[in-house]
Amino acid sequence: MVAAPPGSYAGATTALAVLMLVIEFGMLQATLLRAQVRLYVAQSVVISVLAVVVAVGREVPELFGLAVFSVALKVVAVPLVMLRLLRRTDPEIAGSRAMGVASMVLLAVVVGAFGFFASARFGLVSPVLPTATLAVAVAIVLVSFVLMIVRRDVVSQAIGFFALENGVSLASLVVAAGLPLLLEVAFLFDLLVAVVVFAVLIRVHHEQSESLSTAGLTELQG
Amino acid sequence: MEAVLVALVTLPLLGAALSVLPGHSVAPVATVSVGVACFALTLVLVPAAAEGPVEFGFLRADAISVVFEIGTGFLYAMAAVYSVGYLRWERDRPDFARYSLLFFAGLNLFAWAMLSAALMNGLALLWIAVEITTVVSALLVALDGTRAGAEAAWKYVLLASAGLGVALLATIVIYSAGATVLGPSYDLAFAPLLAAGDALPETPVQLAFVLAVVGFGTKVGLFPVHTWLPDAHSEAPTPISAMLSGSLLAVSFYAVLRYYQVAAAALGDGFPRAVLLVFGMLSLLLAALYLVEQRNLKRLLAYSSVEHMGILAIGVSFGAPIALAGVLLHVLAHAAAKGSAFFGAGVLVHAYGSKDVGRIRGGLDRLPVSAPLFLLAVLALSAMPPFGLFRSEFQIVAGGLAETRHVPAVAMVALVALAFVGLSVATTRMLFLPGEAVTSRAEPSAWMVAPVVVGILALLVLGLHPPAPLVELITRGAAELGGVL
Repeated sequence: MVAAPPGSYAGATTALAVLMLVIEFGMLQATLLRAQVRLYVAQSVVISVLAVVVAVGREVPELFGLAVFSVALKVVAVPLVMLRLLRRTDPEIAGSRAMGVASMVLLAVVVGAFGFFASARFGLVSPVLPTATLAVAVAIVLVSFVLMIVRRDVVSQAIGFFALENGVSLASLVVAAGLPLLLEVAFLFDLLVAVVVFAVLIRVHHEQSESLSTAGLTELQG
Repeated sequence: MEAVLVALVTLPLLGAALSVLPGHSVAPVATVSVGVACFALTLVLVPAAAEGPVEFGFLRADAISVVFEIGTGFLYAMAAVYSVGYLRWERDRPDFARYSLLFFAGLNLFAWAMLSAALMNGLALLWIAVEITTVVSALLVALDGTRAGAEAAWKYVLLASAGLGVALLATIVIYSAGATVLGPSYDLAFAPLLAAGDALPETPVQLAFVLAVVGFGTKVGLFPVHTWLPDAHSEAPTPISAMLSGSLLAVSFYAVLRYYQVAAAALGDGFPRAVLLVFGMLSLLLAALYLVEQRNLKRLLAYSSVEHMGILAIGVSFGAPIALAGVLLHVLAHAAAKGSAFFGAGVLVHAYGSKDVGRIRGGLDRLPVSAPLFLLAVLALSAMPPFGLFRSEFQIVAGGLAETRHVPAVAMVALVALAFVGLSVATTRMLFLPGEAVTSRAEPSAWMVAPVVVGILALLVLGLHPPAPLVELITRGAAELGGVL
């Protein structure tokens, strides 16, 4: 397929996708758990805006609905649940990392770049967005894995998962914009259930170990 | 038949709703009734599904899905019965009322999600149902309120969710592949995707299949994404462990099978079979090695699950009709065997107050009924004749040899034998080595013995003479899986 001509639509959408990736790197190095939640909110706002841009630019009216649900869930509900959870715990700085910030970001750059360039081989075509945005989505997914792996506290790991979901949402905007709204909403509802369960388990973890750190989770081995 | 489909996805919800009603006997009665009813309903589907798919709205039952429904329905019923006795042990808990409520409501919801998953007509709905099984079961793993339970639940929910994130990516990629044939907006239902077959673009389907094997494979317990599995299985309450191992892993494997069907239709058999063979062999190898060294009884059974999921993947990779029929039979026999083994192990763990294989001794003296039953369950699980797993593994190996896949078939036999050594050595030590003098027998109530007896009888039937309608169903399922239908 011939790449979309570099017009304002392509430029704007690619810029929004890249902004999501930049925010993802922000999460990687954020020290305060609250800051991490805020960055997640920012990332969710960007993806909702992107959905609206695609809805207008490529006339896919279902995406307006998706944007509304996305804002309600990711910009309002998830942060409320997470911040409420943080209020109950001591104002904690994110737990230790498995490696220093510099090495972590470097690793994320390598992993993200791998995803970015590998995705060119997928042979996927997008009806609505420049293919570069798919590469960015794959990079976001992979960097989310880095976030989940190198941070050793339950909140960062949960946020890593939610950011992973944002990356997948971006990928779905790129290659599956026509996915019926009902299914999109069902996916989001599922995310909501997952968030509640994450919150319950974070609370259980906090009650059991009086900390948000996962460094002590070493009892079960072999 | 449509009414049966609807009943299967609504009755467990009713069971969950009734479980939160006041009155301490309502929840067990409701759960057992609904569990047994659901199992009976899955059997009602057998003759119809052996003829062709039954569809209603977004529900669809073909022969493959009914096989998984029967396995789940069976364990649902058995776990419900076992739970009546199991909860009596928990009566001394200060929070018993809350525990019992959450337990029964959770068990019903868990079964609901699993029964729904195999009835969903479409890869997107299937993903949603599998995700719901994760979140419900993660809460159940943490139910005992122990530190280890919290650790297991956290690892489980994080790894499984991340895996399902990858599986969601697979769903989106396959959607994108299908859109090139089916138009930009469709609902990922199975039949049109399979019909699109070789018109689907190759690379995206390959990508989607690998992502699905890794993503759903996290929940199946395939190497190297199995690490949550022994933790969750060992820390969950025993009836939940049985359902996790016997049904949940199978339901996740069902999702892999659906992607296999699409991939085989689009790419031919070679690629998807090779992928499954690699994951299956590595899982079987890892499990066999861990089984030899394992000292925790419930983890022992958990690794045995990894072993059996590996066997399922290998069976599909052989691809011969007899091997595919063996895979479907294996799903049923594994559900019965693993359920019985976990139920028996739960009794042993309670009687000795420990999961440590080294601290359980003289089992036959202390538990004159449950211990021999546990022994039979473990023998069945190790694929000893005349039990069902022997027949299914025999079919799988025969399929491998028929397809001239000699090396994988021989490797599978060797690794299964190694796993047998691990399981049987641990079991013989627990049951036959003399322990402290027995002061009192510790047999549990009949509620906890009956499911094991039923499970072993079911394994005997599956091994000696599977009923004709079931054979027809499995034959049809193997044909669907092989792309013949």
